[in-house]
Amino acid sequence: MRTLPLLRPALTLLILLTVLTGLAYPLAVTGLAQAFFPLQANGSVIVKDGKPVGSALIGQQFTAPKYFWGRPSATAPQGYNGTASNGSNLGPTNPALADAAKQRIAALQAADPGNRAPIPVDLVTASGSGLDPEISPAAAQYQLARVARARGLPPAEVQALVARHTHGRQFGVLGEPRVNVLELNLALDALPAHG
Amino acid sequence: MTANDVIQVGLYLVVLLLLLKPMGSYMTLVFADTPNRVTRLGSGVERVLYRLCGIRGEEDMGWKRYALAMLLFNVLGLLVVYLLQRVQLWLPLNPQHFGNVAPDSAMNTSISFATNTNWQGYSGESTMSYLTQMLGLAVQNFLSAATGIAVLVAVVRGFVRRGAAALGNFWVDLTRSVLYVLLPLSLLLALLLASQGVVQNLKPYVDVPVVQASSYAQPVTDAAGNPVKDAAGNPETRPAQLTTQTLPMGPAASQVAIKMLGTNGGGFFNANSAHPYENPTPFSNFIEMLAIFLIPGGLCVMFGQMVGDRRQGWAILATMLVIFVPLTVGLVAAEQAGNPALHGLVAQHLVDQQPSALQAGGNMEGKETRFGIAASGLFAAITTAASCGAVNAMHDSLTPLGGLIPMWLMQLGEVIFGGVGSGLYGMLAFAVVAVFIAGLMVGRTPEYLGKKIEAYEMKMASLAVLLPCALVVICTAIAVLLPAGVAGIANPGAHGFSEILYAVSSASNNNGSAFAGLSANTPFWNVLLGVCMFLARFPLAIAMLAMAGALAAKRHVPESAGTLPTHTPLFVTLLACVVIVVGALTFLPALALGPIAEYLMSAH
Repeated sequence: MRTLPLLRPALTLLILLTVLTGLAYPLAVTGLAQAFFPLQANGSVIVKDGKPVGSALIGQQFTAPKYFWGRPSATAPQGYNGTASNGSNLGPTNPALADAAKQRIAALQAADPGNRAPIPVDLVTASGSGLDPEISPAAAQYQLARVARARGLPPAEVQALVARHTHGRQFGVLGEPRVNVLELNLALDALPAHG
Repeated sequence: MTANDVIQVGLYLVVLLLLLKPMGSYMTLVFADTPNRVTRLGSGVERVLYRLCGIRGEEDMGWKRYALAMLLFNVLGLLVVYLLQRVQLWLPLNPQHFGNVAPDSAMNTSISFATNTNWQGYSGESTMSYLTQMLGLAVQNFLSAATGIAVLVAVVRGFVRRGAAALGNFWVDLTRSVLYVLLPLSLLLALLLASQGVVQNLKPYVDVPVVQASSYAQPVTDAAGNPVKDAAGNPETRPAQLTTQTLPMGPAASQVAIKMLGTNGGGFFNANSAHPYENPTPFSNFIEMLAIFLIPGGLCVMFGQMVGDRRQGWAILATMLVIFVPLTVGLVAAEQAGNPALHGLVAQHLVDQQPSALQAGGNMEGKETRFGIAASGLFAAITTAASCGAVNAMHDSLTPLGGLIPMWLMQLGEVIFGGVGSGLYGMLAFAVVAVFIAGLMVGRTPEYLGKKIEAYEMKMASLAVLLPCALVVICTAIAVLLPAGVAGIANPGAHGFSEILYAVSSASNNNGSAFAGLSANTPFWNVLLGVCMFLARFPLAIAMLAMAGALAAKRHVPESAGTLPTHTPLFVTLLACVVIVVGALTFLPALALGPIAEYLMSAH
């Protein structure tokens, strides 16, 4: 079997297909995406008063009682590290997983001492990306009274805001209902201050 | 399973099945020997490419020449990816100034992408420059997938052709896979994904101020960047204040599209399709899942059309579904039932993992809110049934039984849809074994699709079936016996063994997903898994080409009363049993030490 005659087609075809699929294709997609979906293609950045304040798709760490908290994040060294997406990778029977859940339960209950309702599971388990921007509607309901109290707002007003930021299943069937935490917290901060 | 779980899985299957026939019929035209309305569209581009490369499109290659061209092309591609990683610091399109990748990691990654495995020891957003991602990794996403399709087309020609010495032209099959199938579909999918929020730009990462500043413990490093440890051996930290968040950017949509369509699975970002910039909405998730099965499923339809009996293609597809659907249901049900380790907290009314209108419930560790249980469980089954390996939830945190299923789907040899091309030629090896077993039962020389299956074909088919099995069992044994292998384990007990078994199963079947707690970016793991990936890909493909070469030379045997029909429910059952029995007999002992032991312990 002669290898040499195959070398030229192999090498040239590799170069040409590399240019086609490695340069022309991604650049064409970049051009089209920037033309048709500039907001999304650039990271769905939320702009307030002309300044970027975060991304609608990338969650942020919230620990103050006056904010809704997002999913626990396992990124290192701090939660919601945009350059180190990761889950906890704790095995289901690893004692560290149950311990982490207990710590989160303690933190949530310390921030809201009167609330003894069972905590929705998404608030005590780390997300897959560590950047999950959303929580379940159940997790928002669990935190609602705390946030309203910390801000001196009537719960109904916070409830209305939560409802406005709750998205149902996409097209009514796909995925799960969810609440975008950063958008909701920004909307809370934008409310006129109560006396 | 909840009603919602059933609806989402059911909807996926219906939409998939509706797409497969048009996809398969289209590919039949693309790879037809005679010019037709599809191939005329791109014949101009093809002619220019072939002239530049000195390719004679009409040259028909024997199986050895076809295999040699395939191997040469892939090894050259592999070297390019290796070199790009080793010098990326000095090349353009590296706005984050990532350094050159270490030799062992670069070797592992180049094999990984050239073999359509896309196992990733590195973390995308902190390792690879945009240029490496585009010119190295994305290109191999296309070319490894195109290689799989080309080899499959040649294998099918082995059944179709009679008394022939050749299987077609590798360059033409490869080029057509890229031009007619992968590129147009990727363009469409990339734009759909971008519309949903997958990033696509060449900008540096963006810093944004966070709404609520928070404090955290920053590990202390010395001048060389190594962590400093205190007297007790724990890493030292200093308190730090977090005021900004860095948003990663890059040409992700273009790469994610081909990562799904080519059953590659290598994430642009570390968290893969769990990352909100890689899979932002339930709809993006749905089309990513469809993209994984679209070509492997369509190829079954194409196979039926090429061999001149559509029922043969549907029978293969039915076999895949017969195994896929129950395992998917099992996986989703296991995840929906929740993590047994949290049952204590549930009993104390501290945690609620019941599904309701307000939450997905179930085992949410490692899962994203937008996907919940149904869309995560379905994705996990699809990505491991096909040799995709992209993940939208962390498989390491699946429940014991929920994690067993993806592992076993890979161990079945990646033939339940499997990789583009490689899945179907793997399944055809099983089909040859199945007709052989049926032939033994009745004492007749077995035939498949009008070709007599004799000793040589059986040797090649057995090689293709047993090679990945042997790699998994032997390399898992090596890894658990050596300190360097065990050092990577992240979780205690049986689950730690599962991490190793999963990694080797993934590499030895060219899947690429991981129980990602395993620290596999070490010289030992990079080399071991590199060897597994290479051996599982090329020797297996060459064995199938050798079988096809022998089959093409044979005459057609007319059907007789003694011929086993291979389009009936009986054959579907037989074929499914062969796949399951090989998978179960080989791996049950190993699975018993990992996920099954973990399940039994957690049930107590």
